[in-house]
Amino acid sequence: MTQWEVVIGLEIHAQVTTQSKLFCSCSTQFGSTPNTQVCPVCTGMPGALPVLNRTVLDKAITLGLATHCTINEHNEFARKNYFYPDLPKGYQISQLDKPICSLGYLDVEVDGSTRRIGLTRIHMEEDAGKLVHQGSDNIKGATHSLVDLNRSSVPLVEIVSEPDIRSAKEAKAYMESMAQIVRWLGVCDGNLEEGSLRCDANISLRPKGTETLGTKTEVKNLNSFKSVERAILLEIERQTDILDEGGTIIQETRHYNEATNSTKSLRSKEEAHDYRYFPDPDLVPIAIDRAWVSRIEQTLPELPTARHKRYQTELGLSDYDAGKMTVDRETGDFFEATLSLGSSAKEIANWLNGDISAWLKEHSSTLAICKLTPAHLAEMLKELINGTISGKIAKQLVDDMLETGTHPSTLIKEKGLAQVNDTGAINQMIDIVLSENPKAVEDLKAGKVQTMGFIVGQVMRKSQGKANPDQVNKRLKELFSLS
Amino acid sequence: MPLIHKPATELHELIKTKQVSSRDVTEAFLAQIHHVEPSLNAFLTLTDDLALSMADAVDQKVSKGLPLGPLEGVPIAIKDNICTENIPTTCASTILKGFLPPYNATLIETLKQAGLPILGKTNMDEFAMGSSTETSAYQKTHNPWNVDCVPGGSSGGSAVAVAGFEAPLSIGSDTGGSIRQPASFCGNVGLKPTYGRVSRYGLIAFASSLDQIGSFANNVTDTAHLLNLLAGHDPKDSTSLALEKEDFTRLLGSPKKGLRVGLPNEFFKHLSPEVKALYTTLINTLSQDGIEFVWLDLPSIEYALATYYIIAPAEASSNLARYDGVRFGFRAAGTSSTAEMIEQSRSQGFGAEVKRRILIGTYVLSSGYYDAYYKKAQKVRTLIKKDFDRAFEQVDIIASPTTPTPAFKLGEKTNDPLEMYLSDIMTIPLNLAGLPGLSIPCGLHNNLPMGWQLMGKAFDEARLLQVAHQMESLIGFGGCA
Repeated sequence: MTQWEVVIGLEIHAQVTTQSKLFCSCSTQFGSTPNTQVCPVCTGMPGALPVLNRTVLDKAITLGLATHCTINEHNEFARKNYFYPDLPKGYQISQLDKPICSLGYLDVEVDGSTRRIGLTRIHMEEDAGKLVHQGSDNIKGATHSLVDLNRSSVPLVEIVSEPDIRSAKEAKAYMESMAQIVRWLGVCDGNLEEGSLRCDANISLRPKGTETLGTKTEVKNLNSFKSVERAILLEIERQTDILDEGGTIIQETRHYNEATNSTKSLRSKEEAHDYRYFPDPDLVPIAIDRAWVSRIEQTLPELPTARHKRYQTELGLSDYDAGKMTVDRETGDFFEATLSLGSSAKEIANWLNGDISAWLKEHSSTLAICKLTPAHLAEMLKELINGTISGKIAKQLVDDMLETGTHPSTLIKEKGLAQVNDTGAINQMIDIVLSENPKAVEDLKAGKVQTMGFIVGQVMRKSQGKANPDQVNKRLKELFSLS
Repeated sequence: MPLIHKPATELHELIKTKQVSSRDVTEAFLAQIHHVEPSLNAFLTLTDDLALSMADAVDQKVSKGLPLGPLEGVPIAIKDNICTENIPTTCASTILKGFLPPYNATLIETLKQAGLPILGKTNMDEFAMGSSTETSAYQKTHNPWNVDCVPGGSSGGSAVAVAGFEAPLSIGSDTGGSIRQPASFCGNVGLKPTYGRVSRYGLIAFASSLDQIGSFANNVTDTAHLLNLLAGHDPKDSTSLALEKEDFTRLLGSPKKGLRVGLPNEFFKHLSPEVKALYTTLINTLSQDGIEFVWLDLPSIEYALATYYIIAPAEASSNLARYDGVRFGFRAAGTSSTAEMIEQSRSQGFGAEVKRRILIGTYVLSSGYYDAYYKKAQKVRTLIKKDFDRAFEQVDIIASPTTPTPAFKLGEKTNDPLEMYLSDIMTIPLNLAGLPGLSIPCGLHNNLPMGWQLMGKAFDEARLLQVAHQMESLIGFGGCA
């Protein structure tokens, strides 16, 4: 039986984060009342003309630079002509042979090794509107359909990969990595549920060791990372079965259904559209000169993979911690800011990964919107290292800081949370605890070191967590000559 | 002389100096409209109330002693492919029957600001596709010089409105000669400015890279004053140019010394002996006044018509895709799927000429044909531009007949599209090159006016109007009585 090699290319559509649409000043806000964010331009009224939102160019260039693309000096918009009720002009303004970026790559970590996935191109285009079918969940069985044009002309970048992906797992890793980068750069909010990030996969098989590409199918409607992996697995399986039985693959577009985890044919090559692309005469070609690209290059942040490596080599963070600290721009920037205030990398990572992340999760909050600031965290860590507060108090403090945004020093003062370092006071508390626990004293005298933890715990309890546990330990060891 | 026979600039002076009110003027034109419309059919929609309320607003300014802007108070007619908020805008097509635009074209905003009462919307060839105004889905417009003749097109209604004294000024659009050709047929001054000079925002697109808004008037002076209002950068139109404001009347009345006018051999080739004689006499007359004429060649011009009939339909096939019956305009009844709804709405809503051009345009953009047709046509277009550039190194202005013949009879060419297309052979090259041009009346042939087309360098309208003004006074054309 032939061994098949899997060949996959992904087309990712990312909604560019902007206030206004690609060719008019209507808002891009998600989830508003249908047809409230529309104007003559994005509803395709006769006589209306598009005017390019230049922010989108800057963001597309940013993404191109981050993915090692060539930024093309000569840029042109083209019309992609087809009829559909959600496409008000009867054409979509896109880019064809003069896209903004071409020939880049993205390095993706898969199972501990790096895979370089080539990018054919990144181009800008406008989104279509949305059909809302009435009387049924989809067009089949619907009595009628309504058109919502709020999304019409919302800016997108389409990121087209080379057929360099070799497995469903790689495809998922690539998609995740691209999602991380577009979020990191602020090019796209990466929200898959709201459709800010969508993906189509081109899949084909060929006998291992051969170069010619097999007949491909395009699988659409991959709206989650999980879908990408599952749909591709399904399609590989379907194609393998056909080829193993000596059949041939029909070039077609297939639609993935997440609920049933199945795909079905949408249209074959023969039914494919002839989009009759031609340069849009309503928009003038845009020349992107070197100075423009340099200006954006200077604002380009350090990318997550580079930062990930740096955190390991320069800060000595573990692979896990470095990954967590670069998971998104918010975390990365919060970490950096706290670090710049003199805290230890490891400590910050521990707290961000631990208590802070747990609190945020519990309160459905994020670092960007919660009340904790890097300055407050740094101050708290300083007090902890100084021994002003104990670890236990620190946990309590972090919750308060997240909740109220109060400066840790204020909290320590107001609540009297400072650690008790006064030897006399600590010794006094130890004496009381020992007198209350004669059994433990016996054990300690007999050299049972385990009991020490119990006594320390009792002292901490008595001091409401304020006693310095190091000092308690030290004193107990002295008293019972333990080492 | 009755008010309606006076030029726009004179009417404005009379209003400004309180000799007549804007209402008097507007009412005089409305009266003429109601008087002659039954035989001319120039208008599709009349906006009497709007015109009068705008006129009254001007009169109030006058009575308060407030200063008036240029041409303020002088009424104007608008071609029906320019969007007017809540006023029917149909492009003379069934598919836009009853369409009320939710917005005003930039031009309309400008005219409202400037206080030019809007008389109504004028008839045209459907979607500006035609040369006789006969492809209108609604009515036939008649030439005031001979009501059995066409007014030309596609801006036939606007040309007739001025020629028939229904309006002192009117707005048209010119994609391949749609202002200059009817101006020639109707004996008035029709200007197509440089592509990018006047905002296209709100002009319903036929062929976006060729369409340009322009004007009809009784004389060159009125035309220059009106261009002062129309010209200007519009941030809503990416193809409109940001240029310094200029006064297009500044060179009028001071003829250029040593003026050199180019005559392209190619434009004089296909004329009948009688028509040729008319232009030879004209050239001789103008030469006596010290204007130097130079014969020159524009070798790529012979491909202009073919090039135009690839580019214009290609753009049109895409521009007209939005008429699908989904959001506005005509929707076919009794269909059972969206595909059928779109198909039937377009089949029933568009006329034959529009369908013909959509088909041609769809064909030339199809995969496999794009390079052979559309791409090649764009290359030829560049060659045509270069021909003009080279010619303008030698001469200030290029001149030619506007049309090979005077107005033809209604129905004469409706069954022969190619013959119809040929009537634009002299005007099309200018649109391909994006240059400004105008037609001034220069004589009569078989009792019908003939036009003299003047073509200028890009954004050199001031010079073009200066030369047109000089020639106009030398020709001394009488106008339609």
